[in-house]
Amino acid sequence: MVRTDVQLMLDVKAGDEASFELLLQRYRTPLVNFLFRMVRNREQAEDLAQEVFLRVYRAREDYVPSAKFTTWLFRIATNLALNSMRDTRYQKLEVSIDAPVTVDAEDGDERPLDVAEKHPNIEQHLVEDVRVKMIRHAINKLPEKQRAAVLLHKYQELDYTEIAKILSCSESALKSLLFRAYEALRVELAPLVAHR
Amino acid sequence: MSCEKMEGRILGYLNGRLNESERLEVEKHLASCAPCSVRVHEFRAVSGLLDELPVIEPSPEFDLRARARVAAEPVKESWWAWLRVSPRVAFAASMLLLAAVWMGYYQRPQQVQLPWNNPVEADAQMMQDLPVLEDHDVLSNFEPLKDLPGKADDDSDNVQQQQQQQQQQQM
Ligand SMILES: [Zn+2]
Repeated sequence: MVRTDVQLMLDVKAGDEASFELLLQRYRTPLVNFLFRMVRNREQAEDLAQEVFLRVYRAREDYVPSAKFTTWLFRIATNLALNSMRDTRYQKLEVSIDAPVTVDAEDGDERPLDVAEKHPNIEQHLVEDVRVKMIRHAINKLPEKQRAAVLLHKYQELDYTEIAKILSCSESALKSLLFRAYEALRVELAPLVAHR
Repeated sequence: MSCEKMEGRILGYLNGRLNESERLEVEKHLASCAPCSVRVHEFRAVSGLLDELPVIEPSPEFDLRARARVAAEPVKESWWAWLRVSPRVAFAASMLLLAAVWMGYYQRPQQVQLPWNNPVEADAQMMQDLPVLEDHDVLSNFEPLKDLPGKADDDSDNVQQQQQQQQQQQM
């Protein structure tokens, strides 16, 4: 029988390291993707995702299953992402956000080619077209909090209550954030929207 | 329903997260409002575009580094945590505690319960208990012991002593 996140976390609290490994395997991909889409840099996203797991591990002794595990996990991730984006070390990566989108001018969200060549899905990377880059670019242009709201709502399929807790806002404020984000996206992606 | 109120409902409508009455309200509004109908159509298109983003796979180093960072965490040396992670230590500690309680309980009656009314008999009992008692300073200064003629291990001697004392008191 599959153990729930809360059960796994309680087992980690009781000293079971194997349960922590299961949580790592369960959330590594969603976390890395969420953080990659937030900070647009793959290495930084992986570094932050490791930091999220580290903080979860550090907090194990005090863990009380009061909120959903995913709410807690993505709250840590969101806060780390927002903090790191304000960190001057990564400012240079954001300079090119408003530059026109071209196939070879990317926002620093791809790894250097020599690393990408070792990736098993190399073909998928090479055929990634202007379309995907435009979508990424449109998401990147959203204000931080709107971006986080869209990513949590669209890709993590969390409900409004959870996302509101993660972003420390009311549910009505969240609905407003999402509405403004989708308004901005439909304008930014107008050429693609028109063909759907 | 107003266009303004639609703002908080369009995404819920697209994701099927509205209840029945909310959904009917939205559909009624859409039937008579062209701008909102266009918006719903375009929001749906945006949602579809977001689905096109590929999912990236964490690098092979990711798990290794995550595990290494967790393994590098200092172990918390709290006393309870120590007992919790080491059942053998906890077992040894509880056995030690049990032994201490058992010994204390077993020794106590011999030291404390002296329901002797007869002072001579009590003193005799005290002499027999000497090997058990440990506080020799107290015992050496213990006045009643000094008056005893010797080790009184025979009850008949005690009876004779009592009789002699009674005779002396009567005289
Ligand atoms: Zn309307």
